[in-house]
Amino acid sequence: MRAALSTLEVARPRDLAHALKLLHASLGTGRLVPLAGGTDLFVMLNAGVLPGRRFLDLGGLRELRGVREQGDHLVLGALTTFSEIREHALVRRRYPALAAAAAEIGAWQIQNRGTLGGNIANASPAGDSLPVLLALEAVVHARSVRGTREVPFAALFRGYRDLALEPDELIAAVSLPDPGAPRPLGGGAARRGARPPRAKQFFRKVGTRRAQSISKVVLAGLLRLGRDGRVDLARVAIGSVAPVTLRAGRAEHALLGARPSAVVAAAARAALLKDIAPIDDIRSDREYRLRVAGNLLEQFLRVAEPRFARR
Amino acid sequence: MSAGLALDFTVNGKRRRVRVPPMKRLLDVLREDCGLTGTKEGCGEGECGACTVLMDGVPVNSCLVPAVQAAGVKIVTVEGLAKGPALSVLQRAFVERGGTQCGSCTPGILVTAHALLQRAKGRVPGDAEVREALAGNLCRCTGYQMIVNAVRAAARETQASARKRAARAAKPGARAKVKSARTKAKPAKTKVKTRTKAPRGRKQAGR
Repeated sequence: MRAALSTLEVARPRDLAHALKLLHASLGTGRLVPLAGGTDLFVMLNAGVLPGRRFLDLGGLRELRGVREQGDHLVLGALTTFSEIREHALVRRRYPALAAAAAEIGAWQIQNRGTLGGNIANASPAGDSLPVLLALEAVVHARSVRGTREVPFAALFRGYRDLALEPDELIAAVSLPDPGAPRPLGGGAARRGARPPRAKQFFRKVGTRRAQSISKVVLAGLLRLGRDGRVDLARVAIGSVAPVTLRAGRAEHALLGARPSAVVAAAARAALLKDIAPIDDIRSDREYRLRVAGNLLEQFLRVAEPRFARR
Repeated sequence: MSAGLALDFTVNGKRRRVRVPPMKRLLDVLREDCGLTGTKEGCGEGECGACTVLMDGVPVNSCLVPAVQAAGVKIVTVEGLAKGPALSVLQRAFVERGGTQCGSCTPGILVTAHALLQRAKGRVPGDAEVREALAGNLCRCTGYQMIVNAVRAAARETQASARKRAARAAKPGARAKVKSARTKAKPAKTKVKTRTKAPRGRKQAGR
């Protein structure tokens, strides 16, 4: 059953400030639903599910487009499409896991329309860009009539499809720290000029086929060894295995400070199973997801550092 | 905010103005308001690619695009591929090589493949590249091999005729003649050669 699309209204803001005003003003009368690339929204509309009757077309807002460097961060406008991401030279060089994720979202047609901001706002636990953004410790720039607020990705998802954003806030951009740069918090020992090498990055999505499928399990990881040969950076983020995309804290803990070996990999795998809580659903079942999540973690570790395969 | 939108856009090179509801799907605007029924509806959820059209040169699922976001853009539908009654090289390759059976997916596949060939700029894309480009176009009849073959055959034909043209324009030098003769003589065996030599041939043509 298709929704009666002819009765739906669209507001076309002149610029971002105008959009924020319209969105804020709509809260009393029925919130305007932000419309970016439409690749999720129109699937709902075509299925007869109405997320609202009035929409806010973000398509014309230049402020939400473009990719730019800001210090050692890369800032991607919310309307950056997955095609733009997978083809962007700096993204490919510095954030290969994000480029890899962008190349596996939908297919060419979807990648040309689907936006990074939209994938975040849709907040699906199976969203393919989300584990990468979580592992990269991305920061979401939320804009409203009150100004800009920076929300760390780790604090973004409160529960199933529940974003820690106000109803009158728009995702304006996503900023990515340089994964080789020292962490802003707790990385006090790192001196300028003594920048540690970049962490190895990994992304893999498992679905029924390579294109167009919704993930059964999707995992992104960052791994780096220190001079002493011990893991000094380990980030594992995983989707489709819990109500929200999450960081596998126990698995990371099992890796940090350890010398790579098959024993450590097995310990991390055992820990990962306590981090996640997959369910049976139309795409897969709990048992399969637990097994595949463990396999993906081990593959990530071995690809990043071959010694994880050795006894 | 209003229910009626005066939509100005370009369809297959022609400027158009239609009055439509702003959230009407581009697919329906093309079929109902522009009378272009070549674009098909398959799944209506962005999975099958039957409704693929080019929007400013790149393939999109027209069932997921609201009319309001088509304002000012250039659309190419399957009707825009042929030159009058003459099929494009790509379309002919599909006919000749059995790249089409029931035909539901064919318009979308032609449009996506057309975009791929435009982007390849005279290079013959490999099998894997064609399959990845067409991953968002589902076909339930052919098993895809004939489709992939047709796309690559079209690319080879386009490349060969571009070379011939270039050779003629650059006063038939000995090298150009030898090359075109070689590709003609054993097309199957020179597949790899044709691909690797393509850029060099094109550069020469430019000079």
